[in-house]
Order: sequence, then structure tokens, then C-alpha cells
Amino acid sequence: MVMKLIKKIYMSLIFLFLYAPILVLVVFSFNESKSRGQWGGFTLKWYAELFRDRDIIKALYYTFLVALLSSIISTIIGTFSAIGIHNMGLFGRKTILNINYLPVLNPDIVTGVALMTLFVSINLRLGFLTMLISHVVFNIPYVILSVLPKLRQMNKHMAEAALDLGATPFTAMKKVIIPEIMPGIITGALMAFTLSIDDFVISFFNTGSGVTNLSIIIYSMAKRGVKPSINALSTLMLITVVILLLLINKRTTKGDELLP
Amino acid sequence: MKNKAKLLAYPYVVWIAIFIIVPLVLVLVYSFTEGNIHNPSSLTFSLKSYDKFFNILYLNILWKSFKLAFISTFLCLILGYPVALIISKAKAKYKGILLLFFLVPIWMNFLLRTYAWMAILSPNGFINRLLQLIGLPTLAIMPGQTAVVIGMVYNFLPFMVLPIYTVLSKIDKNVLEAAMDLGANKIITFIKVIFPLTVPGIISGITMVFMPAVSTFVISQLLGGGKELLIGNLIEQQFTVQRDWHFGSALSIILMIMILISMAFMSKADKDDEGGAALW
Repeated sequence: MVMKLIKKIYMSLIFLFLYAPILVLVVFSFNESKSRGQWGGFTLKWYAELFRDRDIIKALYYTFLVALLSSIISTIIGTFSAIGIHNMGLFGRKTILNINYLPVLNPDIVTGVALMTLFVSINLRLGFLTMLISHVVFNIPYVILSVLPKLRQMNKHMAEAALDLGATPFTAMKKVIIPEIMPGIITGALMAFTLSIDDFVISFFNTGSGVTNLSIIIYSMAKRGVKPSINALSTLMLITVVILLLLINKRTTKGDELLP
Repeated sequence: MKNKAKLLAYPYVVWIAIFIIVPLVLVLVYSFTEGNIHNPSSLTFSLKSYDKFFNILYLNILWKSFKLAFISTFLCLILGYPVALIISKAKAKYKGILLLFFLVPIWMNFLLRTYAWMAILSPNGFINRLLQLIGLPTLAIMPGQTAVVIGMVYNFLPFMVLPIYTVLSKIDKNVLEAAMDLGANKIITFIKVIFPLTVPGIISGITMVFMPAVSTFVISQLLGGGKELLIGNLIEQQFTVQRDWHFGSALSIILMIMILISMAFMSKADKDDEGGAALW
């Protein structure tokens, strides 16, 4: 009984720690007075200011565009590569997988700086294209890592059976392999999308020419101090996240699916 | 089929050569050279960048990065293990919702989460206003190392909880019952059975917290107010402000080597190492 109480108190404290900062932002996004700690009355003016801010709107657009494009590209490349890697000999497979782990295991700052070095060395102007490429580079390994286990679980005679029954390799791939590994592909695609939306470090080093994303703009605003329109932005993002998670949770009801 | 299917991996072989291997080789080359990076023929071999690093100023920054990352990782483990344990033992109907609420903050943008702590800890932030309101002296947490550690723990705690939770939820209930049947009480079962089984989860948790913590430059910039420079800030400055790419490259190589050493140390502690697969 005492143990139960301790558990409850502990979890409450942890949730307080996790949510208090966010709630402070939410509350002060409606605060008329610019300074925190003083309540100047209810207002929506920071939301209006947020939507009038062209830089934020543009950053939002690039964030979603890059996330969408990079997750589609990396899911396609990643899935086919995973099928290829799965069919390779032991040595080739191990070598590729070890290199594939590099962007996962290396600190983001090293990956970001290394890619920037490459782009600058070949005189590729930093901007939208370089940001997109860098996102594809760090997304593909995650797609491969989520597709490969599904390939291993698959009955290896299935594709052979399809071929024996007269399917072309293309048909066997489309009708047998791809449907079988679909859950892995979807997990990989979702992971790529969220990683891309949330990325800061790699984008920071590999963009330029006025192309930014949400993280970069928040960073440059926050560096100059606290700005109430960021509070409004946080509130909107929190609402989006909660709605999305509740929808996903309703569909799966198994929390495990939410693991990033 | 097998021979043809493996051809599908070849484009990716080219891709990783260009976008993973070559960039790292370039960083390595720049770290050992000096000259204009836009003019490859002007590059000459030099140990200047490494020589520059072995200076008490920079060694201190490296030391501080590892110290703060270590403290944060330790705090995440102490705070996170009970969370993983409690969620994994919760009734099935609460488990999903507990996990969901635990995950909402990490689905928020990383920069916003750090910014939230700025709004709370800054000299005229939320906490100090509250303290003033009730007539207490204000705290000078931010900018400072404490604020940086709070930011790290806040941002990376879920990375500790998730792998431990995953391992905990995979433990065969029969094993626990067997321990109980053989006369072990709850504490003994935990020490002798549950804890050893979660070591792989702890190892991945430590790796997943330590790595981003030791290499961050955002948290130290925003919550350290630019005064608590870490190795990440140093690298960032070399590439964006100082434009000393050779020194920046040398710092990146040093950071990578230090992390490799710590990871080798960790995987040695983990007997049944499954490689990076344990990460997920």
C-alpha cells in the first residue's frame, strides 16, 4: 500500500517535471504583458503576431516539405537497399551495415559538419538541395534498420515459391516481399518523417540562402532572448502533437507503436 | 533470385561511399592539413590543429563536456529506471496511456523544450518572479552549469526510459514466478533477476543519453547563456564564426574518438552485445 503511494507520488513528480515547462509556455502564450511572471490579462495577440511573421511561415513550409520529400525518398531507397543487403553475403552485409550505423551512432554535429564539408568542397551552394540531401542521408539508415528485421522474419521460401509458380522477380517483389515487410516500411517512413521534422543540428550546418526550418528559426529567436510568439508556437505544436498521438493511440491502442 | 536481389543494394553502396565515407575522410584530411580548403593544392600536411587543441583552455572544455554529460546520464538513469519499472508494472489499461503521456514532450520540438526552460530559469524568468512574489531571494541558475544539466536531463530522459522499458516488458513472467517460488522475496528478485536482465537496456539508455549530451551545443548555448562552452559549441564556432575548418575538423575527430572509447568501454560491460540493434 505504501509502495503504491510512493509510486504514485514519484510518477506525479516526474510528470510535473515533464509538463511544467510546457504548461508555463502555454499559459504565457495568452499573456497580455510581455514579461513572464506578470499576468497582464488574456490576449491572442501573440498568435496574430505569429501568423503575421513571414519567416516562421516560410520555415514551417520548408520543415514540412523537407520532411515529406526526405521521408519518401529515403523510404524508397532504404527499402530496396534493405532487400539487397538481406540477400548479400555475410561479409558484404556486415560491412554495409556497419557503415550504415555511422550516421546513427555518430553525434549529429559530426555528421552535420562532415556533410557540410563535402558540399562546400564540391562547391555546392548550401540551401534547399543540400538540406534535403542531408536529411535523406540520416534517414535511410533508420529505414533500413526497421525493414531488415521484417525481411529476416519472412519465410525465405515464399519469394522462391512465387518465382517457381511463374512470377517474374518484379511481380514476386510487388506481390510477396513488399506486402510482407510493409509494417517495417511504414515504421521506417514514420521514423524518417519525425526525425526530419525534429532535426536541428544537421539542418543548421547544411542550409543557407534563406532556407530555414522551424528548429533553426526557434534557435535564432531564442538566442536573442524570450519572445512571446514562440510561446504561441509551442502551444499550437503541443495541441498538434497531442491530437496526433491520441489518433495513433486510438488506432493501435498499443503504446509500443509510438516508440520513436 | 538471391544473386539478382543483392544488386538492389549497389546504388546504396555508391550512396554511402559519397555521403558517409567521403565526408568523414574529408574531415580527417582537413584535421591533418592547413591551407585554403577551397584550393586543394594549397593544403599541406600539418599537426597545427591538434597542437592547438592541447592547450589548457580547450582541454578544460572537453573535460567539462564529459563531466556534464556524465552527470546528466547518471541523473537520467537514477530518475528513469523507476519510471520504466513503474510503467512496465502498471495495469494493462493504464500502461498505454502512461507511456503516451510520457512521450508527448519528446514529440515536441527539441528547441522548444529547451526554450521552455529558458523561460523558466532565466534571471527574470518564471521561477524568479515567483520567488520575488513571495519575497524570497532570487536564484541564479541560468546561465550556468546547473541549467545546462537540467536541460540535458529534461531532453534526454525518455531516451533512458524507453530502452529500459522495452527490456523490462520482454522479461518472461515465468522467470519472476520461478524466483518467487524458489523463495526469493521482491527485493532479491529485483537484484538477482530483474536488474541483471535489464543491463542491455541500461547500456543502450546510457549510450543514447550520453552521446547527444556530450556533443550538444544548443542546450549549452541557450541555457548556459553562451558562457558554458562545451566541445559542441567549440566545433560549431569553428565552422560558422571562426571559419577555422581545420581546427573544427580536428575537434570533430577528437570528439568521435573520445565517444568511440567510451562506447567500447560500455559494450565491454555489456556481455551479450547485439551491436546497435539493442538501440531499438
